[in-house]
Amino acid sequence: MTTDTRPPDTEPGAETDASPGRRRFGLTTVLGRQPLGIVFAAPYAVFLAVIFAYPIGLAVWISFHDYFFTAPGVVVDRPFVGLDNYVEAVSDPAVRKSFLNVAVFLVINVPLTVVLSLVLAAALNGAIRARIFFRVSYFVPYISASVAVVAVWLFLFSNNGFVNQLLGPLAPDPSWLVNKTLAMPLIALFVTWKQLGLFILLYLAALQGVGKELYESASMDGAGKFGSFMNITVPGVRSATTLVVILSIITGANLFTEPYLLTNGGGPNGASSSPVLVMYQRGIEQGNPDIASAIGVLLMIGVLVIAFINKRILERD
Amino acid sequence: MAQADLTADITRRASEPQGPPPQLAKKTSWPRMVLLILGAVLFLFPFYYMFIASLQAEPDTSLAGAFPTGGFTLDNYRDINGRVNLGRSLANSGIFTGAVILCTVVFGLLAGYALARLHFRGRGSLFAAMLLVQVIPFQLLMIPLYVMVVRSYGLADSYLGMIAPFAINATAVFVFRQFFLQLPEDLFSAARIDGASELRILWSIALPLVRPAVLTAVLLTFIGPWNEFLWPFLITKDADLQPLAVSLANYIESVAGRAANPYGAILAGACVLAAPAVILFMVFQKHFTATDIGSGVKG
Repeated sequence: MTTDTRPPDTEPGAETDASPGRRRFGLTTVLGRQPLGIVFAAPYAVFLAVIFAYPIGLAVWISFHDYFFTAPGVVVDRPFVGLDNYVEAVSDPAVRKSFLNVAVFLVINVPLTVVLSLVLAAALNGAIRARIFFRVSYFVPYISASVAVVAVWLFLFSNNGFVNQLLGPLAPDPSWLVNKTLAMPLIALFVTWKQLGLFILLYLAALQGVGKELYESASMDGAGKFGSFMNITVPGVRSATTLVVILSIITGANLFTEPYLLTNGGGPNGASSSPVLVMYQRGIEQGNPDIASAIGVLLMIGVLVIAFINKRILERD
Repeated sequence: MAQADLTADITRRASEPQGPPPQLAKKTSWPRMVLLILGAVLFLFPFYYMFIASLQAEPDTSLAGAFPTGGFTLDNYRDINGRVNLGRSLANSGIFTGAVILCTVVFGLLAGYALARLHFRGRGSLFAAMLLVQVIPFQLLMIPLYVMVVRSYGLADSYLGMIAPFAINATAVFVFRQFFLQLPEDLFSAARIDGASELRILWSIALPLVRPAVLTAVLLTFIGPWNEFLWPFLITKDADLQPLAVSLANYIESVAGRAANPYGAILAGACVLAAPAVILFMVFQKHFTATDIGSGVKG
């Protein structure tokens, strides 16, 4: 017999209550059978309310008002301005450029991430020599600080860096990080490299759920390795693919450290800026939190819409 | 919410043994091995290069320069230490990370236990909120959190302001909940009939059984604040309070394009910043299975 099936009046501790009947039952209906849970969960609930729920509301509120920074405790008038901040954000070429850059980023990053992580996870799945070594090496970039790995990419892709030495006459001119066509693709490549370990892990977990007998019957029917990969593995991990795509989109929407450090503030000339970088520049550096909030709300809506469409497409049967 | 189902699903599967039976471990076909090795080289080479270059007096970017045979020196480490005060920055990173881990373990265990094992009003809503939080990118809250922390509460340049937004890692709470859910219900009903308080059940009965979950949660919580750049960067202007990620980034930013040869010092700093997470991960890698799945969700 488990707690779940027990009627509320046999609750442990109820026996010691002087009048366990109706009053106890009433309290239970209001607070639940173990109201102590409210106390246990309270710090976390408060944390969620203060750090997530309230700031989301505040962001939306700021985006509809003429808002500027003041010293703590100063009360000023912040008039409602309707969609003015949104109009200003959308008509700013730098903002439009940054959203376009994210689109470029996603077009490169998402397919590359899905294909590479699934192929490597499939190769890593099952009986493999040195499996732990590979698992660790694929995961190391993911757990390392962006600032640290950006430093070595800066070095590798600098003008006279290792990569250009390796390419010799094929090295791009101007070099990667200061080239306006290559800067954003390079950031997409960097993020793919850095995040791939997490996605390999996700796919590895999903692959455990694909039945071995499917592969056996496919090979008896004469299917090749590639055939069974396309017809069994790929559909078999479809729900993981949805998650991988959504997570990649969220990562793309959040780009900040890479354009800030790798391409020296979204350079050259905004060619690799991201919406979060523009939010930082407009909001914190130039003191326009209202416009920055409008950009943030637009970005949040964008992510939700794309994630929803993606879910619909990938989970369609 | 399908995503939640999947996460739960993956978490459950990951707790099942995944290792290959030993007698099969010899049948790896060579194209597969070549692919895996190629992948490993691409993932590890930048780390090797970072370490090697941090030990060179003069950065040698030629192809042969990637495989030096001598001339190693610790000068770059001395150099970066003179510019960003490594000890102080590491201490700040440690305080930031340690406080987040402490809050996550204490409050996260309580919340995870309540969500898994106690029936109370609002449990469903809290769980839904917890999952929702995982898909809300922290960066989008940058402006309102900055307004609250810096402007309303005057917590700029303080550890409290740095720690508060990260205090309880949602993924860790999720991991705790999953582990508490796996324990048999009889254990709890028996203890309750014996008159044990919930706090005592949690501490003496449930906690010893979920020790692996605590280790996993500590590891995945560690990489959040240790690697975090944007938030401490926004709220600390005082170099004495900056974690290493921020002081190193400021150094990269300020010398980029100006210093004749700044890479040695930058890469030495990068090694110091990356090493703790990499070492922890290598030592405890078997606890780092798919259970930490959601850690990427927060981005």
